[in-house]
Amino acid sequence: MTLQTTPLNAAHRAMGAKMVDFGGWDMPLHYGSQLEEHNQVRTDAGMFDVSHMRVVDFRGEGVRDFLRYLLANNVDKLQSTGKALYSCMLNPEGGVIDDLIVYFINDTMFRMVVNAGTAEKDIAWMKEQAATHAPKLEIKPRLELAMIAVQGPKATERLWNAMPGLRNLAENLKPFSAVELGTMFVARTGYTGEDGFEIMLPTQAAPFFWESLSKAGVKPIGLGARDTLRLEAGMNLYGHDMDETINPLEAGLAWTVDLKSERDFIGKAALLANPPARKLAGLVLQDRGVMRDHQVIKSSHGDGEITSGSFSPTLNQSIALARIPVAVQVGDTVQVVVRDKLLNAKVVKYPFVRNGKSLV
Amino acid sequence: MSNPANLKYTVSHEWVKSEADGTITVGITQHAQELLGDMVFVESPEIGRKLKAKEECAVVESVKAAASIYAPVSGVVTGFNDGLTNEPEKINADPFGAWIFKMKPDNAADVAALMDAAAYQKHVDSEAH
Repeated sequence: MTLQTTPLNAAHRAMGAKMVDFGGWDMPLHYGSQLEEHNQVRTDAGMFDVSHMRVVDFRGEGVRDFLRYLLANNVDKLQSTGKALYSCMLNPEGGVIDDLIVYFINDTMFRMVVNAGTAEKDIAWMKEQAATHAPKLEIKPRLELAMIAVQGPKATERLWNAMPGLRNLAENLKPFSAVELGTMFVARTGYTGEDGFEIMLPTQAAPFFWESLSKAGVKPIGLGARDTLRLEAGMNLYGHDMDETINPLEAGLAWTVDLKSERDFIGKAALLANPPARKLAGLVLQDRGVMRDHQVIKSSHGDGEITSGSFSPTLNQSIALARIPVAVQVGDTVQVVVRDKLLNAKVVKYPFVRNGKSLV
Repeated sequence: MSNPANLKYTVSHEWVKSEADGTITVGITQHAQELLGDMVFVESPEIGRKLKAKEECAVVESVKAAASIYAPVSGVVTGFNDGLTNEPEKINADPFGAWIFKMKPDNAADVAALMDAAAYQKHVDSEAH
């Protein structure tokens, strides 16, 4: 199978990237050292090619009502132009089809950004739902848009240096909001736990923008560091921390599910009928070693499983997200089965790191 | 970085150096460290442990993944590199210098029978295709 490529593929190769097959996309894993890239984002600024993620625009009368029904979070929280909301899209059993960000543009238009690996099934599902609930709604994937994330404590400063024209309009953007600037869409969002922006722009403009950021001292960051950054920031990764068999209440995402309002949405009945037996917790390894995905957790309340485990460059020890019995409490010690050994890990509240600082 | 000619090599990407006292030191090759990326943890075998050739005996973990290290020949573990406990990244910086453990082979001839640098390079190239 031929791998899909983003408009920055040649730029990655020119910068010495180690390229990997990431769910059918030819993407940079790192440009030399994953650890250095991680630290670059925590202390300065880095840029990520996230053009493989899919932008989908929704246009038409009744778009808000449709999204109120489609998504587990409540789009009624979005009342001003550019405001963003993180949400899960559930199946009728309450399982997570995908997690996404939805932006309110105006009364007849919303924009969504969904995961690359799930984009095709997401769009099929949304069109299927729209066919019965909002047949006139236009659901349009924006394949001609690239997306670049600029993240880190110096992201804003370096972004203004690279693109002085952005400063006036983007400077006062609040976290989780966006503004349209001609053909660009600039959102103060990210997946690292640092300040920064995710910028959508036409594919043909992406290489020049990338080059300008590089000249302004923003270093390219691969998918390897993207994963350790998001894990330290306590952000879920679809396919690891949740999937179609896991509901958001078991994935640490209860804060994104609106069960209080009268509003009905797909999956609501299932969530109300099935109180969760498991929850997502943070773990910090007390012994030497590295926790990895799918390792078994032993606790006095039963077994669990690591959903995302790695080494935390900021904390210099191994951290993980794990699905464990609800009775296990923060502060408890559990055991992780690593090869033939049982290692001790402490249950902690996450995020582990925010704005460069350890929280555990 | 080319593979030093004075070392022997295994198909599982360990290098083996014969020391003057009849022991061997074992590490992982430049090719292996490059595949694994930034090292963060090394688990060495216990001194005195008897190993069979190709037995799993140590683990290196990078940020990305865990990888097993296999005994290149049969013998007894006689030491491990303490310096890697706090500085596993030495494996990335100097893979052919950062030895992981030391062993006394049962038969010196087993070491001589391992691949030389040229044969190992062919093996690496064949894996790339």
